Amino acid sequence: MSENVLRIENLTMQFGGVVSVNGLSMEVNKGEFVALIGPNGAGKTTAFNCVTGVYQPTNGRIEFMGETIVRNHPQGRMARQYMGERATLYTSAYRGEDDPEALEAIEREGDGERRAQLRAQFDAEARERLESAKRRDPDALTNRVIAPTPDRITQLGIARTFQNIRLFSSLSVFDNVLIAKHMRARQNVFSATLRLNRREERRMREETMALLEEQDLARFKDEVAGSLPYGLQRRLEIARALATEPRLLLLDEPAAGMNPQETQELGEFIVKIKEKYELTVFMIEHHMDLVMQFCDRIYVIDFGKLICEGSPEAVRADRRVIDAYLGVVE
Amino acid sequence: MPAATLEKKSKRGAFLSLAGVAAVLALVIVLENTLDPNRNIIVFTTLKKGAVYALVAVSMNLLNGFTGLFSLGHAGFMLLGGYAYAIFTIPSAQRESVYYMYDGSAINFSFPEFFSNLFGGSGAGGAAGMVLGMLIAIVIAGLVAALVAWLIGLPVLKLKSDYLAIATLGFAEIIRAIFQWEPGGRITNGANALKSFPTFNNFNITDAEGEIVLRLSTSVCFAISALCIFLIVLLINSSYGRAFKAIREDEVAAEAMGINLAKHKRLSFIISSFFAGVGGALFAMYVNQVQAKTFNSAMTYELLLIVVLGGMGSISGSAIAAFLYVACGEWWLRFLDSEAAFKSASDRWAFIIVLAAAAAALTALLLWRRKRQGARKFSELWTACLLGAVVLGYDIYYAASGSMEVPFLRTGFRMVVFSVIIMVVVLFFRRGLMGDKELPARLRELAAFIRRLAAKIRRPSAGGGKPGAAAGKEAGGDE
Ligand SMILES: Nc1ncnc2c1ncn2[C@@H]1O[C@H](COP(=O)(O)OP(=O)(O)O)[C@@H](O)[C@H]1O
Ligand SMILES: [Mg+2]
Repeated sequence: MSENVLRIENLTMQFGGVVSVNGLSMEVNKGEFVALIGPNGAGKTTAFNCVTGVYQPTNGRIEFMGETIVRNHPQGRMARQYMGERATLYTSAYRGEDDPEALEAIEREGDGERRAQLRAQFDAEARERLESAKRRDPDALTNRVIAPTPDRITQLGIARTFQNIRLFSSLSVFDNVLIAKHMRARQNVFSATLRLNRREERRMREETMALLEEQDLARFKDEVAGSLPYGLQRRLEIARALATEPRLLLLDEPAAGMNPQETQELGEFIVKIKEKYELTVFMIEHHMDLVMQFCDRIYVIDFGKLICEGSPEAVRADRRVIDAYLGVVE
Repeated sequence: MPAATLEKKSKRGAFLSLAGVAAVLALVIVLENTLDPNRNIIVFTTLKKGAVYALVAVSMNLLNGFTGLFSLGHAGFMLLGGYAYAIFTIPSAQRESVYYMYDGSAINFSFPEFFSNLFGGSGAGGAAGMVLGMLIAIVIAGLVAALVAWLIGLPVLKLKSDYLAIATLGFAEIIRAIFQWEPGGRITNGANALKSFPTFNNFNITDAEGEIVLRLSTSVCFAISALCIFLIVLLINSSYGRAFKAIREDEVAAEAMGINLAKHKRLSFIISSFFAGVGGALFAMYVNQVQAKTFNSAMTYELLLIVVLGGMGSISGSAIAAFLYVACGEWWLRFLDSEAAFKSASDRWAFIIVLAAAAAALTALLLWRRKRQGARKFSELWTACLLGAVVLGYDIYYAASGSMEVPFLRTGFRMVVFSVIIMVVVLFFRRGLMGDKELPARLRELAAFIRRLAAKIRRPSAGGGKPGAAAGKEAGGDE
């Protein structure tokens, strides 16, 4: 089996009384180009924000390169308000139970012998689930919460772009990319101030310049980032994300506002950088042609829930997807 | 290699600004040793206070202008620095008289005294020890402020914009109250001033008879301030400075680029407070005493004003604005506070005409602005004439009254003028003197503007003659 880069488990994000992401589970394997699609407001950006630490999910667990990077269960007031599923999965109270309704149905069974048999089967399944949870999650059956800040996630090797471009708009194009190099530098504030880090600073600048040249942005290096045309701003945002030396790249609607020609170029560009930097790419996108042409696999969500997963052909043919999404957009 | 040229460019800029600072320093030394210090007190007061305020304003700008943290606690950190400096430098012989209300001081250690004795008590060695002790005390003043910043930074920096401003302002008031508190009197001298500590005058070089050979008091103040500002500039142009700017631009994006918000905000807060503490020590040396009540919120307000006037995010802006502000407050606008009369009728009429012209110019300016904003109808334009009309009306009234008194001048009018200047800046030049640019860039902009203006003026007269030659001449004229 191919290696998991990202593994999202039972991810639930509830804002007040609104469940934006509901029990979402997904996997992205090494070297894959995976798309996440769904109608507006389906919870795609929210899912990304949970992965990158911008939001702390209400419930769920996220693994990156086999290591748990996010883990939470409904706590405090949220424990009472919680409207999602599997509230106890990431707590010490978890006993392997999965479906309380199934258990009730067993209890209602009239025939005593049959009931005992079903019950034994149910318990065996619960035990099996418990065992597998223990195998996968070193913190299984504890209340441990793992909630890193976004900078920590970036440091681990997940970079992202934003749906509504977020550049450092009054800084130069060059500085925008150079800032991303700060995180991996070994300097401290004294050595940086007193210029004892000359070699490192030079290396950072050279790498930045190389990246800009490669992305065809070198001509604009001294321009103020906010003054670039929209398409270039998108490209700069990707360059900036690459400068953090990620292993997984999350793109939130990178082709928004682009015409078919630009969209096609963007798709080729993403595939190119994916090969060059040995990246895994996970992308939210609305342009179906882009998704269908370039992606290996597609996840479709609606109202925060996964409704379908598979190859572009399979997804295109899926009735639920057509109902929920494709029929509406096209 | 483009990366290399970029580095070279910044190196040249750094060299030029260093040379500029050195030239200013040399000028101050020359001034100090040629001008009569007793007859030109005001010049040296302005220079010293200006240098101190420049440093503190720049340190405030690091936080407010470069990191985007709206903090108003600077008077509190200056107080900490000022007191720390005084407490560790008052000679033990003077402690008794300074702390007479509290029967002496709890701390009986003075860095300058300690090093002076260590290096032989009197003569050149003693003087050198004295200076070394003073410099160490200044650094300690900064460290004390930085330590307190580290402590309060944890809870306070979680707050967003306005709340942060309120919390830090409150912090400064609390610090002030603590230092005036009676039970701490054996350390802080309660509400009384701390004095008798070594000041800038101790940097003057004297001969055996105590005659001053070389005056260095103002230039040392300048040098310390310049060194600190230089360090802040180095920080801002380093990788950390870029991280600070990223936080100012967009916190979410900065975090996504791997910048730890809590760590970097705290770093900026601590460094800014360190230099505010150093500024507080320099301020104490400048006024020859420290008293908690001087470090009130009016002082923070002054500093904020300097930062805004100079331009948020401009170091040279803060420095220039500090000197302008101090010069206006201490020197150039002093005359506004005392009543005066015109010497002759022609002076009076000149004043009346100038005031009328000013009213007309003001009205024209306001109308022009409104028009540019798209106002066309009379109902949209008449309010712009209101202010000018009031001034003109007063002018006519004054002309008719026949009084020889200069109008307006009386105690407190200086503050009114100040407030008007500030309002004008905030309303019309919101980005301040420099915006977020530095002096060279701003000068280049100005030169380009003048060139454009000159070209505009020349074009109608030159007609279709030789535009190339004209442009060449202009470029030559600007060099
Ligand atoms: N910070 C928030 N507070 C409250 N509701 C939110 C927040 N962020 C997102 N939501 C809600 O979550 C839902 C999903 O939004 P989003 O993830 O942006 O959708 P999309 O799939 O279009 O990216 C929306 O209904 C939105 O209103
Ligand atoms: Mg979205």
